Amino acid sequence: MAVVILLVLVVLGSVLFHVFSPWWWTEIATNWSVIDDMISVTFWITGAVFAAVILFMAYCIFKFQHTEGRVAAYEPENNKLEIWLTIITSLGITALLVPGLVVWFQFVTVPGIATEVEVLAQQWYWSYRLPGKDGKLGMVDNRLISNENPLGINPNDPYGQDDVVIDSDALHLPIGKPIKMLLRSADVLHDYYVPEFRAKMDMVPGMVTYFWIEPTRTGEFDVLCAELCGTGHYMMSGKVFIDTQEDYELWLLEQLTFAEISPSENLSTATVVADGN
Amino acid sequence: MADIHTKTDEHITPTEVAEVELYHATSFWTKYIFSQDAKVIAIQYSIVAIAIGFVALALSSLIRLQLGFPHLFEFITPETYYQFVTMHGMIMVVYLLTALFLGGFGNYLIPLMIGARDMVFPYVNMLSFWIYFLAVIVLVVSFFVPGGPTGAGWTLYPPQAILSGTPGSQGAGIILMLASLALFIIGFTMGGLNYVVTVLQGRTRGMTMMRLPLTIWGIFTATVLALLAFPALLVATVMMLFDRVLGTSFFMPSLIEFGEHLSYGGGSPIMFQHLFWFFGHPEVYIVALPAFGIVSDLISVNARKNIFGYRMMVWAIVGIGGLSFIVWAHHMYVSGMHPFFGFFFATTTLIIAVPTAIKVYNWVLTLWRGDIHLTTPMLFSIGFIVTFVNGGLTGLFLGNVVVDVPLSDTMFVVAHFHMVMGVAPVMVIMGAIYHWYPKITGRMLNDAMGKFHFWVTFVGSYLIFFPMHYVGLVGVPRRYPELGDAAFIPESVATLNAFISISAFVVGFAQIVFLYNLIRSIRNGKHAGSNPWRATTLEWQTAQTPPGHGNFGDELPIVYRWPYDYSVPGASVDFIAQNDPGTGAKPETTS
Repeated sequence: MAVVILLVLVVLGSVLFHVFSPWWWTEIATNWSVIDDMISVTFWITGAVFAAVILFMAYCIFKFQHTEGRVAAYEPENNKLEIWLTIITSLGITALLVPGLVVWFQFVTVPGIATEVEVLAQQWYWSYRLPGKDGKLGMVDNRLISNENPLGINPNDPYGQDDVVIDSDALHLPIGKPIKMLLRSADVLHDYYVPEFRAKMDMVPGMVTYFWIEPTRTGEFDVLCAELCGTGHYMMSGKVFIDTQEDYELWLLEQLTFAEISPSENLSTATVVADGN
Repeated sequence: MADIHTKTDEHITPTEVAEVELYHATSFWTKYIFSQDAKVIAIQYSIVAIAIGFVALALSSLIRLQLGFPHLFEFITPETYYQFVTMHGMIMVVYLLTALFLGGFGNYLIPLMIGARDMVFPYVNMLSFWIYFLAVIVLVVSFFVPGGPTGAGWTLYPPQAILSGTPGSQGAGIILMLASLALFIIGFTMGGLNYVVTVLQGRTRGMTMMRLPLTIWGIFTATVLALLAFPALLVATVMMLFDRVLGTSFFMPSLIEFGEHLSYGGGSPIMFQHLFWFFGHPEVYIVALPAFGIVSDLISVNARKNIFGYRMMVWAIVGIGGLSFIVWAHHMYVSGMHPFFGFFFATTTLIIAVPTAIKVYNWVLTLWRGDIHLTTPMLFSIGFIVTFVNGGLTGLFLGNVVVDVPLSDTMFVVAHFHMVMGVAPVMVIMGAIYHWYPKITGRMLNDAMGKFHFWVTFVGSYLIFFPMHYVGLVGVPRRYPELGDAAFIPESVATLNAFISISAFVVGFAQIVFLYNLIRSIRNGKHAGSNPWRATTLEWQTAQTPPGHGNFGDELPIVYRWPYDYSVPGASVDFIAQNDPGTGAKPETTS
């Protein structure tokens, strides 16, 4: 009997904990509320299955617990029941999978009008690069990274000269515009993680990864690293600010371009051929 | 229909090959130390695995000390924290769960349950254990070298695993870790080939494949998976060893280490992840399938009822095993691999939920109209179903690619995999030890201590890992020794963490009671007799308990029926052993 009560309590406790939990996800700040909806739907479906299976088991133990003289039934198989259970399960799985894949398609399809913003991760800080007036990011190469050229921009690429270099851990983004975050790493794996964005992606040295978002509310958000990157992993924090268009432009005015920060001899001494992104 | 008919048995063929005499050891050394008896090897494997498992348990307590009560102890620094996390994970997955299920239960149960005298290659079997033992020693040594063991996380992702920002990367820590893994795989391969060949070639007369107990189906399929999956890990460890020691660039692109350009170039960190998870996902099922098999038998025995849908259960095990090789990249949805992989791997991953769900249905349907005895093994089996269903269902979040994006790398993932491949298989291991200990030692484990052990372990584990999902929902990343000052993490998360830690200490304490029970009962347990659970399978029908070398008496048993003849209508007792010609019983089926 204790086991029956235990099982009922497990179900009841889990449901109540879920409903009354003060621990819940952050208020979303991007267009990905559909992902939150997917999580909610998954909670409902899986919660119902969990309750059904465990309560059925509790009922069986309650009803068929050994007493003197009880004899178990002998029923090796029941094809009809097994086929029905398979069909119902498959339907439930499909109901989760199909909308999931549709949303994933949206997630990986970056709108053509999205502005590119580059994040460079290194042990254990972030820096950023925005395209300049030409709207294009210049080529970069990790082999070009130095104190004078913290992002490794190819000085021979004219597109790179007006790139805005933000060698600090605070990024500003304008609200209401699709943004493609290009993600680079100079050393080990990192992961650009802003919980309110709902999107995240690993950053891998030697390649450029991405995700896209459209910020939907202004505010100040924490950036964390979500992929183990060594001893300083847990301290690799930064800030991202979602601004109104006006505030964003004011901030942008204060930032320096690559041409402005680089000593002029950069152009002549660079010999390594960049492979770009 | 499964092979349950007993009247005319066309499966019992005449003996085609004469029995070969076993190597009979005479000295203490060859009998108990360098033994070729699978049962002794099983006990050796189990003792070493459980011993190193207690190290992992101690490490988990240190991890929870830091998370629940940060900065309480000075020796828990970020460096040591990452080392604890790494070694805890690696030991639990590889050196405890894999070794105990296959090396321990596999060695003990395969020959006995299929009616064989021993494994087909006893000498190689012995080597398998000693190489495993060496692997464990190398692992333990890494704790004591300068710089300590590696703190790269159990996934050992390069480049960080071999760069200076990671603890244990510059000393011998990472090298010993990789060497130990390579040794483990070599040792396992010797054992694994043995298990597979023994199941295929060593079955006694009448023991068809469709009469194998599900325990054997689980162990057999898991071993096939392991033989196919571990080579990927071996290749990855050797290549990383070369990157670290010889300066090759298999996994290393050109990169900068704290401002200094390194000479690496052209390698792919993601390639390592593919190799790792090509092993790593089947590994989940290498642990889960033996648990599935064993728990099926525990439930059937204690419900005094045949396992429901035996054939479906077998095909589900085989199907899950096959599918487990094409789902690996669901661990890599946010790794930066091509996003279109997400469509494929999300689909295969959710498909695998169907055979898995069928197994769950069949376990609970076995209880339906049963005669349920709530023995300690049965309690652990029930605990397994609860935690496995819980952890399996949260897998539907993480497997569904877009839902995974916000949750991956958070504590939600940690909660999920601990529930589904930590607590759930460990529940089965506990249940299985209570179940087979009487055969191994001839004594029962103390039941009161067993019940206490179950209640504390089950309730405590649920209180650890259920709330942990919500820490992840808040957004707290995994592998953080402290919460930091991020604004989105409320103060109350620290309180919840402290609660989780206290639950963990209580559960840890209960395992010491279990250990005490294991040791004490060797001498002081009640005498078990040969078949205390009134079970049908062959290991309970041996002439001696514990069975002697060669397992059975002069004659090998002949198998006349499937392993689930419980409560057969018309039979005088509620079980008929597999080797019982059973002229009186006329099983009829309802379908």
